[in-house]
Amino acid sequence: MMHLLAAVASFGLFALAFGVLLAVACRIFKIEGDPMAERIESLLPQTQCGQCGFPGCKPYAGAVASGESEVNRCVPGGERTMLKIADLMGVEPKSIEEEPTAPMIAFVREDECIGCTLCIKACPVDAIIGAPKQYHTVIADHCTGCTLCIEPCPVDCIDMLIKPELLEHWAWPLPDTHRAQQATERKGQHAPYTA
Amino acid sequence: MVTILPHYMSELTEFAVILLSAVLVNNYVLTKFLGICPFLGVSSKVETAVGMSFAVMFVMTLASTASWLVQQYILIPLDLLYLQTIFFILIIAALVQFIEMMIHKTSPVLYQGLGIFLPLITTNCAVLGVALLNIQQDNTFITSALYGLGAAVGFALVLILFAGLRERIEHAPIPEAFKGSPISLITAGMMSLAFLGFSGLVKI
Repeated sequence: MMHLLAAVASFGLFALAFGVLLAVACRIFKIEGDPMAERIESLLPQTQCGQCGFPGCKPYAGAVASGESEVNRCVPGGERTMLKIADLMGVEPKSIEEEPTAPMIAFVREDECIGCTLCIKACPVDAIIGAPKQYHTVIADHCTGCTLCIEPCPVDCIDMLIKPELLEHWAWPLPDTHRAQQATERKGQHAPYTA
Repeated sequence: MVTILPHYMSELTEFAVILLSAVLVNNYVLTKFLGICPFLGVSSKVETAVGMSFAVMFVMTLASTASWLVQQYILIPLDLLYLQTIFFILIIAALVQFIEMMIHKTSPVLYQGLGIFLPLITTNCAVLGVALLNIQQDNTFITSALYGLGAAVGFALVLILFAGLRERIEHAPIPEAFKGSPISLITAGMMSLAFLGFSGLVKI
């Protein structure tokens, strides 16, 4: 009987000691939030455009971190963001489903605009200005070309135009990306710079 | 001519022999066939294999010393040798829980990469195998720690080599039927054959 008690007591005490140690360790290594989702979110362009099928960049980051979503849904981020996320997650890179051939921006045909403000509410980056019953217009610098304003417009007065490549916005393309290849291909089409 | 080694030299030689035998000759994965699950499971990328290796190294070395202490100061005095397995499993499980928390905090990327194989170190038979073999071989505290470290280094060596091989095989033109697991198993078998070459290097 004593032997049995010794066995139970020693094992119980031993397990309790480890339990206490682990509880202390749990306090020391406490994690707030999902660190993986936070890292992915920091890679995303934060346009909150919703083209990935999630209501914003943070929900998308959470879905990617938990494996619910593919890594190739972020259209504004493009191939570069996808490669970074795939590398972080340790999964195979996938090509972006709908890569835009050229950067697009929205344009409001002001003659037809009825000033309903629906597109202003839809714009994730606040790139449309206007007031009720006034013409709306798109701030070209802020528009990410996400096309979310097209759907709500009751009179279909928003067009997607190819973004004009302005000299003051021009920058060297990033090396080894799809856009860099496109830029090389389109190089001859631009007017030569004369100043 | 007989050279008489100083006492500490012979001890150092013994330590070297223990390490060498555990790393190469009696390699846990390729010679004793223990710990095959993580060997095949986390060897698809070198980065995760390195992370896993360090996790196993930590757990194995600490588990072998802790189990030796438990054996000497709890199980033998209380005559509870029949509780050996459950005590050792408890030690291993607690250590694995600890390292899981640590990795989750310090390297979420590695945590993601290791996935289910991190908590599964608990059931990595190589870890329990080292603890039990230490007792069977009547190792001292130091030698059991060395034996655990050696076994873990052997595991790490084989795992990282295998991961490197698999990364290269991924891009090799292999027949469709052998892609994935079959070629991995064949590679593992060949590595095991290669490690047979180390038998006889040291006698233990």
